[in-house]
Amino acid sequence: MLSPMVMEEGDEVLQVLEVGEAVEEVKEVIISTIEEEIRRSSPLNSKTSQDDNWGETTTAITGTSEHSLSQEDIVRITKDLEDSVGLDCRRYVARYVARSIAVILGLLVFFTPLAFLVLPHILWPEKLQSCETACEGLLISVAFKLLILLLAVWALFFRPARAGLPRAFVFRILLAVLVLLFVISYWLFYSVRILDSQDMNYQGIVQYAVSLVDALLFIHYLAVVLLELRQLQPCFSVCVTRATDGETRHYNLGQLSIQRAALAIIERYYCDFPIHNPALLSASKSRAAKHLAGLKVYNVDGPGNNASAGMAQSQSRAMIAAAARRRDTSHNELYYEEAEHERRVRKRRARLVVAVEEAFTHIKRMQEEEPKKAPGDVMDPREAAQAIFPSMARALQKYLRTTKQQHCHSMESIQQHLAFCITNNLTPKAFLESYLSPGPTLQYGKDHWLGRRWTLISEASVTSGLKDGSIFLLKCVDFSLVVTSKKIPYVQMSEEYIDPKSHKFVLRLQSETSV
Amino acid sequence: MSFVPGQPVTAVVQRVEIQKLCQGENLILGFSIGGGIDQDPGQNPFSEDKSDKGIYVTRITPGGPAESAGLKMGDKIMQVNGWDMTMVTHDQARKKLTKKREDVVRLLITRKSLEEAVKHSKGSHPSHLPAQTNARTTKDRVVL
Repeated sequence: MLSPMVMEEGDEVLQVLEVGEAVEEVKEVIISTIEEEIRRSSPLNSKTSQDDNWGETTTAITGTSEHSLSQEDIVRITKDLEDSVGLDCRRYVARYVARSIAVILGLLVFFTPLAFLVLPHILWPEKLQSCETACEGLLISVAFKLLILLLAVWALFFRPARAGLPRAFVFRILLAVLVLLFVISYWLFYSVRILDSQDMNYQGIVQYAVSLVDALLFIHYLAVVLLELRQLQPCFSVCVTRATDGETRHYNLGQLSIQRAALAIIERYYCDFPIHNPALLSASKSRAAKHLAGLKVYNVDGPGNNASAGMAQSQSRAMIAAAARRRDTSHNELYYEEAEHERRVRKRRARLVVAVEEAFTHIKRMQEEEPKKAPGDVMDPREAAQAIFPSMARALQKYLRTTKQQHCHSMESIQQHLAFCITNNLTPKAFLESYLSPGPTLQYGKDHWLGRRWTLISEASVTSGLKDGSIFLLKCVDFSLVVTSKKIPYVQMSEEYIDPKSHKFVLRLQSETSV
Repeated sequence: MSFVPGQPVTAVVQRVEIQKLCQGENLILGFSIGGGIDQDPGQNPFSEDKSDKGIYVTRITPGGPAESAGLKMGDKIMQVNGWDMTMVTHDQARKKLTKKREDVVRLLITRKSLEEAVKHSKGSHPSHLPAQTNARTTKDRVVL
């Protein structure tokens, strides 16, 4: 963001290509393109050239990733990749396989009791004892328990998937294996003891089927406890910080694996954190660049003398020492700049509030009892919004520009919001609420949050449980969230009984007597 | 001036003798007292230790017998005519001071400046004693 006009002729500028490194870790595919783009667009890179004349040539590395243009490039490239097959293929196949296995297992589990009951009738009908009262009662109970099991499985497992997690869900796999082993052992017993020996006692067979369905219901209970109930009791307090601007929130989570905890945090991120606004970060970056801009580093010993690492170290140390000694007045500038900005924002805000209030007075809801006006006068909400929008448009646009929010709201979205407010009888203050302060990400148009891919970066395995002091990163294209977790302390509470009669008071005496 | 209950109290005291003035029917001394074991010691502005429940002189009538006797505001009264004043109620103290039969009241009072004067005089010159006022003041160490 440093404009060349500020620098004088012959000035050298060394800037740090800081964001280039940040982009590297996100996706392997994207890195090469963006870095190459930046390298191509910038002139002579003084760091890499071995030219002897590097001290005299003017170099300027534009390490700006805050240009809105390059951000759009990244998002566009990401979306292109998503459309094409590429990275998704493997994950899609894995999900498909998992789903089909689950369906097969479900069908197997459901039809096993029915098979147990039906097979004797098919294979040895003449030897079979007839079904008596108790036996029929058991058949009814089998039927109802199977129905309940069906409903319960549908309620617990047949829900739309919330997310695609990097690793498989450990508890689900455990449960699936348990059910499989269980059903297999039942089949083994059945085939050996009943099919081979062609048992005649039908009631026993029905009881066996009932015991299977009972056990399946208990396994379902186990599934509910493991998958749903265990993480409800809060156990850890996690602190989530957005790396770019320091927004921090604290959440309470139960005992979860790291990937499930990450999923819970991302879902809460969309509701709680104000939208990430890259335009607000440019000021600190330009200040950082200015710090480095004023220093010139001369290599007195000549190039290629020491090892390059030692040279770089001594260079940076010299720069740090020089910066420390220099009297820096940038804090002054920051203070006055911020005060001025504050004043400007407040002035624009006042103008905006007045303009919107005035605009809202131009329309009113038509009452049914009023004599019918000409069709040209009667408007639906959209037309009404379009009618009053021009009177407030300029003030709103200026305010959004001052607070650097103009890329979050398109004219179409503002008009839609205005129509919505008019329809629901919201006051001008309620209409303005979404523009005066940045809201959560989901509030804005879909292009701000659709197609978000998150990368979970963690030193511990992502299926291991959350522990006290575990740290992991959630990286998105524009920013990353740093998550640290702490255990909620064990609370030892004791009781103290107060007798209601023990509340007694005395006056504080201080008399003075003259003698 | 703070003390530990049960332990002997050591203080530098000054003897003050006040003649009661006859005002109509009453004999007055010309000062007001505050404090006592039934009072709230935290509100006493003159005490150093806010748990001290002794009797303090809170006001002196200008031109009265107490002022001419050398009593000062903020003095703690330790004895009245031989009666102890460190552990009495407010009313008991008032009674001891306003006995109709007595027209002279001999007080033993203590104040911070006495302690400092003694320390000063001890430190600078062992035999040097402060001058006597016309109201027969002597400085003694009293163990109660």
